[in-house]
Amino acid sequence: MVVISESMVESDIEDLTTGNSWGAMVVTMLRKYPLGAFGAFIVFLMIFLAIFANVITPYDPVLNSFENMLTPPNAQFWLGTDQFGRDILTRIIYGSRTALFVGFSCAIIGAFTGLVLGVASAYFGGRFDLIFQRVMDVFMAFPLIIMALAVVAVFGTGTQNVIIAITIPFIPRCARVVRSSALSIREIPYVDAARALGFTHTRIILRHMVPNVMAPFLIMLTAFVGQAILLEASLSYLGLGVQEPVPAWGLMLQGGAEEYAESAPWVAIWPGVAISLAVFGFNLFGDSLRDALDPKLRQQ
Amino acid sequence: MRKIYSKLALSLVVGGGLALGAVGTASTAHAVKTGGTLNFVVGSTITTSDLHRETTFGVVHPFRPFYSLLIKVNPENPSSPTDFICDLCEGSVPKGTDGFKNYTFTIRKGVKFHDGTPLTAHDIVATYNKIIFPPKDVPSARKSFFKMVDTITAPDDFTVVFKLKFPSGSFIPAVATPFNIIYSKKDLDTYGYEWHTKNINGTGAFKLAEIQPGSHVSGVKNPDYFVKGRPYLDGFKSIIAPKMAVRLNAIRGDRAAIEFRGFPPKARDDLVAALGDKITVQESDWNCVLLNTINHKKKPFDDARVRRALTLAMDRWAGSKYLSKIAIVKTVGGVVFPNHPLAATKAELVKLAGYSEDIKASQTEAMRLLKEAGVPNLKIDFLNRGVDQPYKVVGTWAIDQYKKIGVNAVQKVQPSSVFYDSLRKKHDFDVSADFNCQSVINPIADVTKFLGSSGNNYGQYEDQPLEDIYNKLAVAATEKEQRVLMREYETRAISDQAHLGVTLWWYKINAYRSYVKGWKIAPSHYLNQALDNIWLDQ
Repeated sequence: MVVISESMVESDIEDLTTGNSWGAMVVTMLRKYPLGAFGAFIVFLMIFLAIFANVITPYDPVLNSFENMLTPPNAQFWLGTDQFGRDILTRIIYGSRTALFVGFSCAIIGAFTGLVLGVASAYFGGRFDLIFQRVMDVFMAFPLIIMALAVVAVFGTGTQNVIIAITIPFIPRCARVVRSSALSIREIPYVDAARALGFTHTRIILRHMVPNVMAPFLIMLTAFVGQAILLEASLSYLGLGVQEPVPAWGLMLQGGAEEYAESAPWVAIWPGVAISLAVFGFNLFGDSLRDALDPKLRQQ
Repeated sequence: MRKIYSKLALSLVVGGGLALGAVGTASTAHAVKTGGTLNFVVGSTITTSDLHRETTFGVVHPFRPFYSLLIKVNPENPSSPTDFICDLCEGSVPKGTDGFKNYTFTIRKGVKFHDGTPLTAHDIVATYNKIIFPPKDVPSARKSFFKMVDTITAPDDFTVVFKLKFPSGSFIPAVATPFNIIYSKKDLDTYGYEWHTKNINGTGAFKLAEIQPGSHVSGVKNPDYFVKGRPYLDGFKSIIAPKMAVRLNAIRGDRAAIEFRGFPPKARDDLVAALGDKITVQESDWNCVLLNTINHKKKPFDDARVRRALTLAMDRWAGSKYLSKIAIVKTVGGVVFPNHPLAATKAELVKLAGYSEDIKASQTEAMRLLKEAGVPNLKIDFLNRGVDQPYKVVGTWAIDQYKKIGVNAVQKVQPSSVFYDSLRKKHDFDVSADFNCQSVINPIADVTKFLGSSGNNYGQYEDQPLEDIYNKLAVAATEKEQRVLMREYETRAISDQAHLGVTLWWYKINAYRSYVKGWKIAPSHYLNQALDNIWLDQ
């Protein structure tokens, strides 16, 4: 059973990644996973906005313009301005850079580190696995936000430290999920065969085990991006993340929601919408990826 | 129409508040109610409980009610810079003898510390020795206020004599500073000078009930308080709430009755619009100014041209116009409280670097100076305190101003304890938000903040010419003479050498639950915080 499932996963990955043109892939995804396609659209739109922010936006995201302070949405400022007279649309577009930078950095570093550690733990087993998993248990005992808060308290605020703060709690989560998949793969005869042929541990882990846990890994990776964006916004909202005048959605929400929720609600609403959409997009995309890669769900 | 009504309501409440304040003494004398617990919010975390070393309201508000002073500002007339009354002394405040060089205080009898130790003159002497002549490693933020003091002695158990090196009009106001809380000599001798950073033992109207770090400090009525019939309250709870939204919502939801520091105009308007006559508003000019302290030990900030460029970048007049709408700052001024006779007039101000109304010319000059100093694309770490008002608002504005002269500043906001650690010990900042908030309006003492030798100056510089000007200022006999020297001092401190950058002076707005009675606004958020005169009309 295990062998069949794994081979199905591999074939599914192949379906999505090889043998088809990009256009065909998009059509297939739109047809089979319309919500996932919508999520992917949001994700790619964010990436596009982040890359071309300085071309798309007519205003400086940082410079104060007090004569325009707290202007409601109008033809000149589509989403209005904040208390410093800065265009909110511009700051949201630039804020996607911060969100994606933090989101992808945390997700990639956290997930890849978790992948290697999780597979290694499963592969070596025994006392190493036992001790390593208890260490992971300690990290996982703390909720994500609490762990991130503790790390920020130690290292201080700022973008780099926020990335560290969010990445650390991601590692054990990814390692635990990947390990459970890797445990079954470890028992497959081709791993024994590789051992018998005298391959090194590194080669067996990287060439034979890691590729076979890609399905849960990719799902974790996409989920982490959304979670990281939300965590970064939460930390910034609490004043512990990135700092003014850097455009960041959580920070915008903090400045706006607290003081201007009644008299200038647009200051708080739009960053909130941006955060929700981004997390929604990544979650939809991740769910569809899971549906596509999980053989059981696919059969249903 | 709605706007007109809300403005009308606001005017009525403000006017009503002021009118009530004016007749407060007479009305409270007849209608005082005892009992109840006053819940108030404090927009800062606690650094230490030793007020002698601290400079923040974040510790005055929760801890001042546990202590007494030798003399204090009259709580019924706190706006006056000259109305002082005895607290632990008896009778009236001494006038000074021997050509105003000797001040003899008679100490109250029968006063006890909360641990039961009787108060004597020796406690006053030990306390003031700690404040004025601390050992080298013991911080004392206001020791420079007492440059005129030669000796402090206790000829008997109930007499304290301050002998001055020279007569000074700033001595009595300096003694009335609310940070000069009286400690027990026994505690200082037994436990040392660090004990009070974490422990409380005073003679104040309230005894410590509980300190919950990060949450609250609470006190209960001291039944042995030396003022009979006081305090009116059974207790108080000082709730730590650094975020302004939390403080506002606490008052709005009646989880707290008052915030003693101050709200920006918009917050006042929101509270009044929502609660009408359940909110009382008192407003006042504020003896508090936000500064940018520049770390002279870090290059290139040892270069006066760079420091001057940073102050030239600030468009203070426009900042005043707009920031006063969203922050608790308002007035453009120099080193002296703007309404004081020793303060610079506008004609005098515009001659200082960064005060010209031609901001384009100032910014051009700033860029020229940076280029001349070899740092046209200067990058700075701007340290700021994690308190919304006005630090983060003005900090964001300052960074914008720096950007206009090509300086790229990165803001690093830290909680109060970490912030002070950087300012006082680590010195790991380039430029930091800082403040000069004083209690009693006493310009000769207040401006010591700008001296490199001052205990609360974190710029790490020595400027002997500035010290010399101050020494002359401290002994100047007439106001005219003081004024001339003050201009000289001001020009050197914030313009020629630009040791610190003055941003804007604050404006105090207190909007609170109308059932809080007996409290009067002062031009300082440090004053009138003993809470023994507050009662609840509930």
